[in-house]
Amino acid sequence: MSALSASWLTFGVLTGGIGWLGFGLASYVLFLVFVFMVTAETVSVTAATDRVATVVIVSGAVLLMIPLVWLVGYVTLKGIKGLTLHFFFDDQRGITPVLPSTAGGGAHAIIGTLQQVGLALVWAVPLGVLAAVFLNESRSRWRRPVRIFVDAMSGLPSVIAGLFIFAVLILPYAKSIRLFSFNGFMASLALAMMMLPTITRTVEVVLRLVPDGLREASLALGSSKARTVWSVVLPTARTGITTAVVLGVARAVGETAPLLFTAFGYDLTNANPFDGPQESLPLFVYRNIRKPDVNAVERGFTAAFVLMLLVIGLFALARYVGRDRQRRRVGRRFHLRLPMKGDQPEIGSASQ
Amino acid sequence: MTDTIDITGTVPSVEREPIELIGGPPPGAATLEARDACAWFGDRLVLEGVDLMMPAGQVTALIGPSGCGKSTFIRMLNRMHELVPSAALSGQVLLDGVDVYERGTRAQDVRMRVGMVFQKPNPFPAMSIRDNVLSGLKLARIKCKQKDAVVERALVRASLWREVRDRLDSPGGALSGGQQQRLCIARSLAVQPNVLLMDEPCSALDPTSTGRVEETIAELRDQVTVVIVTHNMQQAHRVSDTCAFFLAAENEPGRVVEQGATSRMFSSPDDPRTLAYVEGRFG
Repeated sequence: MSALSASWLTFGVLTGGIGWLGFGLASYVLFLVFVFMVTAETVSVTAATDRVATVVIVSGAVLLMIPLVWLVGYVTLKGIKGLTLHFFFDDQRGITPVLPSTAGGGAHAIIGTLQQVGLALVWAVPLGVLAAVFLNESRSRWRRPVRIFVDAMSGLPSVIAGLFIFAVLILPYAKSIRLFSFNGFMASLALAMMMLPTITRTVEVVLRLVPDGLREASLALGSSKARTVWSVVLPTARTGITTAVVLGVARAVGETAPLLFTAFGYDLTNANPFDGPQESLPLFVYRNIRKPDVNAVERGFTAAFVLMLLVIGLFALARYVGRDRQRRRVGRRFHLRLPMKGDQPEIGSASQ
Repeated sequence: MTDTIDITGTVPSVEREPIELIGGPPPGAATLEARDACAWFGDRLVLEGVDLMMPAGQVTALIGPSGCGKSTFIRMLNRMHELVPSAALSGQVLLDGVDVYERGTRAQDVRMRVGMVFQKPNPFPAMSIRDNVLSGLKLARIKCKQKDAVVERALVRASLWREVRDRLDSPGGALSGGQQQRLCIARSLAVQPNVLLMDEPCSALDPTSTGRVEETIAELRDQVTVVIVTHNMQQAHRVSDTCAFFLAAENEPGRVVEQGATSRMFSSPDDPRTLAYVEGRFG
């Protein structure tokens, strides 16, 4: 602390004109030097190195937290004003620009999000799990191309997914087949394209964690390979697969771009995902924040806040499911946990 | 049946008549015989010219130092060897006179008749004790009406019944290492196999658990042919009727140096290397 104030003083005198960034950087460096010198004097050089490293790491972590906290705090502050119970039960029927932001709500968007993401899950989960099983359990020589393809797909810009559906299904068929016009079903297809690589890769990582001993044990009992996967490998990896699904949902639930040309957006409630344009939370945010009146912008922030809560809730759920019942069950129950943010090295080494 | 157990904890004798399994292995122990069996991993020949007779209803121990192909050999007997990529083999393995590698014989059927217990206990973590025992029936699509009887008989034969009969629905992974290994034995026995292969079943267990597993092996003798790989000379001496000594010279494939009745192998073997090994002078 004394080191901090000393450096502060020194640089307050010496660098009066450099500006706050230079001042901050310089005082930080000098702070490190002071910490090192003081600790080296009182304890030892090793302890001083250790102390400096600790300081650097902690300050790096704090620095990283600032934008995150800022973002979450900003959206919360702006969004919480317009958040009333009405938001969960009303749609935008009869809303004019003069009405306050608390009027009307986003129920139609919430319904749309739930239906589109739910439908997307129906397509993406079986396909993703199948692909992961293929990548991990088969000995096909097509595994490498498929893996590269999945990797490439995970880098696919989301707007392309939406455009693809638009160009391939909606544009040519919308006039003749009603199912292929703007609706929630088309949106779910685009979202499934976004989810698929996430689910495939995470499930593959989890399947790789299932010990080979279990597969051998199953085969040695006279089981076929397919049956081994279905009855032994997948149940063993169940918690991890659930986590993968939740992560896939969290990936898709906040996507706006794939919905622009598929669900299209709609101000009223449309509970039928197979017919007619639908709203969804990200679309609601996008459409309202662009409107030229203050109340609509506030509504957009409210929806953003709800969406953020939803994503945070989903991640919390993923962690909770991934944490598994180890502590609640007696004994050393065997479990597979998906490597998550907290333990980066595992996911890094596994995805090589 | 559990209601009739008296407080002294004695186990009710399980009826000897077989439980009917539809689609399961034929009843009784089977003879296994290897003829000129060779095995490769890639280009490397690891096992050469093994001729070995494993008589029905007896315990055959495979002994020898590490890396001499015992485990490879035992995995050839129930066609687990071929699961390793790059693995190859030649020769015959006759199960009651029929080659298990014959064209048209399904590996699944062979593995159903020739059960296997691994070095490391590997109960299915997602299943309860009861489901673990029944997993063989489920996985091999064997139908059975008396599931409870199968569970009880298999656990009794693996001498685990008394310890787990009150918690059949708790997860299999919650047991101790020795209990897990006996659970794996029970799992293999539930399908009523003709042969039971054991690949160093006691190497991860403490002496007490080892003793229990050995008792189990002794009790199994009349119902199933047992082939056991072990590094423990005393264990081979205690549990086996016949014995085969594997040895691999440096950079050479493993071969069977000598085989015969256990008593003779341990007292007056023909080959000096066998004598040296069983007396603990090398390996």
